[in-house]
Amino acid sequence: MPAVKERSPFVEAYESFDKSLGSQGEAVKRLRREGLEVFEEIGLPSKRQEEWRKTNVAALGSTSFRRASGGTSGLTPEKIRPFLLPDCIDLVFVNGRFSAELSRPGALPEGVFAGSLADAMARHADLVEPLLGHYADGKHPFVALNTAHIEDGAFIHVPRGVAVEKTIHLLFLGTTEGGEAVVSYPRNLFVAGQSSQLTVVESYCGFGDERYFHCPVTEIVGEANSVLDHYRLGQESLGAYHVATQKIHLERDTNFFTHSINHGGALVRNDIQAMLDGEGIHCTLNGLYLARGAQHVDHQMRVDHAKPNCHSYELFKGILEDRARAVFNGRIYVHQDAQKTDAKQSNRNLLLSKDALVHSNPQLEIFADDVRCTHGSTTGHLDDEAVFYLRSRGIGEEAARSLLTYSFAGEVLDEIRLEAVRKDLEEFLFTRLPKGNIVRQAV
Amino acid sequence: MLKIRNLHARVDDKEILKGIDLDVGLGEVHAVMGPNGSGKSTLAQVLAGREDYEVTAGEVEFGGEDLLEMPPEDRAREGIFMAFQYPVEIPGVSNTYFLKAALNAIRKHQGLEEMDAIDFLKLVRAKMKLVNMDEALLNRPVNDGFSGGEKKRNEIFHMAVLEPRLAVLDETDSGLDIDALKIVSEGVNTMRSADRSFVVITHYQRILNYIEPDFVHVLVDGRIARSGGKDLALELEDKGYAWLDPKTAGTAAAAVMA
Ligand SMILES: Nc1ncnc2c1ncn2[C@@H]1O[C@H](COP(=O)(O)OP(=O)(O)OP(=O)(O)O)[C@@H](O)[C@H]1O
Ligand SMILES: [Mg+2]
Repeated sequence: MPAVKERSPFVEAYESFDKSLGSQGEAVKRLRREGLEVFEEIGLPSKRQEEWRKTNVAALGSTSFRRASGGTSGLTPEKIRPFLLPDCIDLVFVNGRFSAELSRPGALPEGVFAGSLADAMARHADLVEPLLGHYADGKHPFVALNTAHIEDGAFIHVPRGVAVEKTIHLLFLGTTEGGEAVVSYPRNLFVAGQSSQLTVVESYCGFGDERYFHCPVTEIVGEANSVLDHYRLGQESLGAYHVATQKIHLERDTNFFTHSINHGGALVRNDIQAMLDGEGIHCTLNGLYLARGAQHVDHQMRVDHAKPNCHSYELFKGILEDRARAVFNGRIYVHQDAQKTDAKQSNRNLLLSKDALVHSNPQLEIFADDVRCTHGSTTGHLDDEAVFYLRSRGIGEEAARSLLTYSFAGEVLDEIRLEAVRKDLEEFLFTRLPKGNIVRQAV
Repeated sequence: MLKIRNLHARVDDKEILKGIDLDVGLGEVHAVMGPNGSGKSTLAQVLAGREDYEVTAGEVEFGGEDLLEMPPEDRAREGIFMAFQYPVEIPGVSNTYFLKAALNAIRKHQGLEEMDAIDFLKLVRAKMKLVNMDEALLNRPVNDGFSGGEKKRNEIFHMAVLEPRLAVLDETDSGLDIDALKIVSEGVNTMRSADRSFVVITHYQRILNYIEPDFVHVLVDGRIARSGGKDLALELEDKGYAWLDPKTAGTAAAAVMA
């Protein structure tokens, strides 16, 4: 008989939750049960584990998060309007559950599905079941926790050869319920069929400093020759916890492009894993994080080059103020077969205060012999000489510093192809930076 | 216009300026020459307000005001412009829009109305011709990826748009080919006026063939070793700087006599 362990609060009363999902298909129920078993075995990670050394999630265990009830927490279209993106299909989720009332659907090409995972599991089990949970690392504590709670999230399926012109915007709102902290587990699966094209934005948003826990898992599958533009906008409330995993599985000749922008959340952890499982793949993983106060933001990257002749580019930039902390762990694995790999990774951090801190650790593990791989990491302050140059032209000191901060972010900003997202981020920077009106004029 | 009295400045523990006296009158052009490391750039940077240099003694008056009290941006707004020896690259900040923000900050300080986009564009077009600037450089980020010569021209372009009362050009001529040198000089010459003064810092006499100075000063080891008219520059071209340096003057003189 196994030793009796104290049950983690995250899986308390799991049986009644399980019962409430009685109508789910057997395959999904089995998946959940496996997730539960793994989580009960390994529990929340401790700081003794290498990947969790710099990010302490103990606070998660000691906060009592209720499982979200399923209401829309009094949210109205008015209240969520600031988070919507122009010219998009907005699909809105409140604490992990799809809300038809708050969403703004639009016409999609024949055969494309974009909507609630719960709905898709019921109506298109044939499309969902073979891939759900297939690529995400089931041994990851938060993937296991999420998997144990698969209930809803977003499912997008683009059939072979179809190009979806409209951007699909998935808006995940986190809230408290009756003043209490809640946890939700959005589960997302995007499948871009062979030679298809898709642009998708995942936003995670909240209000003020409300305390809640968003624990999403996103699996992305790019079938051969597909083109996928993916954006992830982290604008959680300042009291929120956000621990997310993205697993990207790419087949030959895909062109994949993702941007992770984050400025919200009290504690943010983002594991981004890309498997380049075919030849001729171009994979770009960019990111920009801004943190201040006592915010903590951690990105764990892993790119696997499994086949020859693939390119991966990673550029992550961070801007930190006050006592903010950032962690960046970048790992590129070049497998033995992956000759002619071209992999480039860079993490650059700008510290705007003396108490901000960054742990940056780019790593390469190469088992092939004919590859071109570079990685680098820099952490520094604003260049005094540049500040002086701007001031010597009549720009005030604060504005000069803001201009240079904007300039630092610019490299990532410029690569954002989706105008709605780029404009939003620019606007955010103009409001965030001191003397932002001068920055707005000068760029 | 500009009065410098007994100016001493140091960086870290190293004294660089060791008592400079210089008067620049309205509408005058002063050339400051001197060997490498003599303190020319330091003088320019101290005038522009670089905080890395500590002024340990002396005074600087500009238009009757105490210059040393002002932060760099206020000096610029009061009409001082410094063209950098090594202009800084600022990726992500547009050359034109940045200049508009700078000009408007200066105008606001001077109680003038901010310039709107249309008037500014007109101004920019006029000034562009002055330095033969390629339009592409206007739309690029400030100095980002510019060649050495383009950067120097861009400095003169900034000067032309900001219309300072005193322009300090720190080796704007260095490294320019003859065509670029002519363009830069013409830019300066068209800007010359009865109410605008220039301090032209240079290593070489060559630029003074194009920009005719009213006065020439030689800076050696943090002091002005000699001042004179434009003929002094020619003399320096012939003899070099060694004969003016108190540390080497003896040997130089001996060498001449021998
Ligand atoms: N920030 C600094 N830190 C340390 N030393 C400095 C600094 N700036 C200048 N110096 C030193 O002070 C001296 C004068 O430098 P400065 O740049 O003013 O000379 P310069 O006359 O402009 O020379 P050049 O003709 O090479 O441009 C040099 O010895 C230089 O190394
Ligand atoms: Mg110099």
